Amino acid sequence: MHEMSLAESVLQIIEEAATTQKFKRVKTVWLEIGQLSCVEKEAMSFCFDAVMRDSIAQDARLEIIDVAGQGWCETCACAVPLAVLYDACPKCGNHALKVTDGDAMRVKELEVE
Amino acid sequence: MCTTCGCGIGQTLIGGKAHKQHKTVGALHYRAAEPNEVNIIEYNQDIINTTSPADTTDTSPSRLVKIERDILAKNNSHAADNRNYLAVHGIFALNLVSSPGSGKTSLLVKTITALQGNKTIAVIEGDQQTDNDAARIRAAGAPAVQINTGKGCHLDASMVAQAMQQLNLQDHSLLLIENVGNLVCPASFDLGEAHKVVILSVTEGEDKPLKYPDMFRAADLMLLNKCDLLPYLEFDVALAIDYALRINPKLKVIRISASSGEGMVEWLAWITQGCRNTAASRSPLPQAGEGLGVRDVHCSS
Repeated sequence: MHEMSLAESVLQIIEEAATTQKFKRVKTVWLEIGQLSCVEKEAMSFCFDAVMRDSIAQDARLEIIDVAGQGWCETCACAVPLAVLYDACPKCGNHALKVTDGDAMRVKELEVE
Repeated sequence: MCTTCGCGIGQTLIGGKAHKQHKTVGALHYRAAEPNEVNIIEYNQDIINTTSPADTTDTSPSRLVKIERDILAKNNSHAADNRNYLAVHGIFALNLVSSPGSGKTSLLVKTITALQGNKTIAVIEGDQQTDNDAARIRAAGAPAVQINTGKGCHLDASMVAQAMQQLNLQDHSLLLIENVGNLVCPASFDLGEAHKVVILSVTEGEDKPLKYPDMFRAADLMLLNKCDLLPYLEFDVALAIDYALRINPKLKVIRISASSGEGMVEWLAWITQGCRNTAASRSPLPQAGEGLGVRDVHCSS
């Protein structure tokens, strides 16, 4: 449960953006959370509300954009969907898949005023 | 705060001192020191914020701002600084991760004892509370700094940078970082180490790699510990290794026992090779004022 630290990092990113982009209030925060990233969405929502309290992003709406997991199978030389890290290639059953998408977590966009 | 593991902020202590990064909001209070225990300052606070409340009277129209920044960017930046410092000084750093009770500290003690005289070793110990593990390491003959994460469930790169400043890290030495016992959170936080080493003990389930895939994916080496107990258990070694390799096909595995010494030769050889490679590829020395600014302060032991 490291979502509290991650929510703090989100606030830092917002505060840095507030300085450079000159805004005073954040109304909506869009986070991209990969399916294979180490983030539990519900925990992130809970921590987000707690960390944003009394900040520039107090009462901001959190919108989480899901990013599907994707892997690359060397054997079949093709991209395959990955729901979990231990999924096998649906074609050949090989587990040695390289994760190509869905393992990141990013602050994508803010609605500010 | 977190209802799963109590993860929180503001109670981090490094070598008994407050983590610089966090700022105080509430009043400070002191806990009476136990015998042989350093004075510990604890911050009594909830959520940390440095910003003033938003000006809600502002009626300017809203707009969208593109950010596109990785949430872990700040930690990764601190980790990159640590990695650069370690490279410049030819220091081989390992981040040891596992569940609580896997035998990390016992394994570290045996490792320090075995390498004594051949290798300069320093240790950073991460635990939510107590100085017990650092004391065990110091008793084994290596300087150690204890990071108490308070309610936090992992070490981050900034904590490690501060702990590195408290250790008199020598060039071409070995730095062992024992993370908080937790197979979940430490997977996300790069500390600047050369490798994450995951320790799985045979008293745990074979399917731990499947249950906690992030950690086994992040690691380069798995130590299958407490192998001396295998005759008394129904632990399927081949299955555990198969599960781990499904998550991470490049994972190297060493069967080991801190008690019997099984596998220690291979583990020590792996460390020695890592130290050699790090020393051989040592980056050029930085100009004055660069790097972490590590002071010549010996850790009290």
